[in-house]
Amino acid sequence: MSLWEYANPVKFLRLSERVLPVLWVLAAASVGTGLIWGFFFTPDERLQGSTVKILFLHVPAALMAINAWFMMLVASLIWLIRRHHVSALAAKSAAPVGVVFTLIALVTGAIWGQPIWGTWWVWDPRLTSFLILFLFYLGYIALWEAIEDPDTAADLTSVLCLVGSVFAVLSRYAVQFWNQGLHQGTSVPVATGERSVADVFWQPLLISMIGFGLLFLALVLYRTGTEIRIRRTAALLARTGARG
Amino acid sequence: MNALLIRDLRLAVRAGGGLGLGLAFFLIVAVLVPFAVGANTDLLSRIAPGVLWIGALLACLLSLDRILALDFEDGTLDLLATAPVPLEAALSIKALAHWITTGLPLVLAAPILGVLMSLPPQGYLWLVVSLLLGTPALSVIGTFGAALTVGIKRGGLLLSLLVLPLYAPTLIFGAEAARRGAAGADVSTPMLLMAGISAGVIALMPFASAAALRINLR
Repeated sequence: MSLWEYANPVKFLRLSERVLPVLWVLAAASVGTGLIWGFFFTPDERLQGSTVKILFLHVPAALMAINAWFMMLVASLIWLIRRHHVSALAAKSAAPVGVVFTLIALVTGAIWGQPIWGTWWVWDPRLTSFLILFLFYLGYIALWEAIEDPDTAADLTSVLCLVGSVFAVLSRYAVQFWNQGLHQGTSVPVATGERSVADVFWQPLLISMIGFGLLFLALVLYRTGTEIRIRRTAALLARTGARG
Repeated sequence: MNALLIRDLRLAVRAGGGLGLGLAFFLIVAVLVPFAVGANTDLLSRIAPGVLWIGALLACLLSLDRILALDFEDGTLDLLATAPVPLEAALSIKALAHWITTGLPLVLAAPILGVLMSLPPQGYLWLVVSLLLGTPALSVIGTFGAALTVGIKRGGLLLSLLVLPLYAPTLIFGAEAARRGAAGADVSTPMLLMAGISAGVIALMPFASAAALRINLR
């Protein structure tokens, strides 16, 4: 029993069909709990009032926007090294999900920034690097769409994903060079474990973050299943077409 | 390798359009910007380094698909791929040829356009140095983009979408160095970082470009 068994599309589909219903329920429950708790059952923040509540959407979306790219990077590497088609298709399915999360993070950030910072947009390092990440997602998706042969498309997008990751990190440090910017640093440092968020806000935020992670997983599994079926249909059509 | 370089240079010069087009585009951008923002000399001299960098970058972008597309169509790339010279080296040479025909003229033209943009006197040296160090990176990254999109019909727009985000770090440091130079400040930090990007990209990018091109030639 090893992880690589699920590189077999049949096994992958069988497993994901069993896991998906549970995953959907868990994701819906935790996103729902996190957001409803965050929106309606937390006190207004002392200085920012109720505007702070948009962060229950903003923070998890931003977290998953970056992690989606990491997942695509790992899946692309697996495709390039071990040539498992499921991996390439998983990377392909993750991209649109990632782009939506990035967009949610950018838009909610702008909506929050308008009353708090007094501006919709500033060329702050974090904001700018997210915008660049958004452009990378667009380029990646556009390249998938532009190439007809699926294996060539998978290869080229994987190479783009690797190179893009390097440049995304470079851009991250390049924009940091300008100034420190308006966006606060992380309030939940994983390494030191000292967070600056009060427990009343932290608990729903954590649930919301877990929920977005589960939601991402469910969406990617679901979309990968769809991609596998599309690929199969195309193969079947090609075979019957060749006969008839 | 010399033969390949000379061939590419000759083709670029004689086929027409390649050499002059980028320069003309650069000139037009530098002329149109004052039309758009107004002919206020103070404003122009403040934005001059950034505008000249953007102009050079876009002019570079214009000619990227010519690096590989023509050779892909007539089969030269297949020959290059099977030639004893590694494809990585061949692509480095092609990037070099692109830089000599596009990047270098832009670097040389930049001070003249600086006059049009009323660049402050102390800015000329650093503008030229930053472009001289930065444009090779643009050519090499562009070659990667061209290698990715060479098999796609009408891939020009896609090429820009893929390459422009990759240009972001070079542009940020390059324009920052030119801007600091024009303001009379210390340029060493952004200049060193940009030179680092250029050196790293020149060393590593041909491998990625060759990998992408091999996939496309398969």
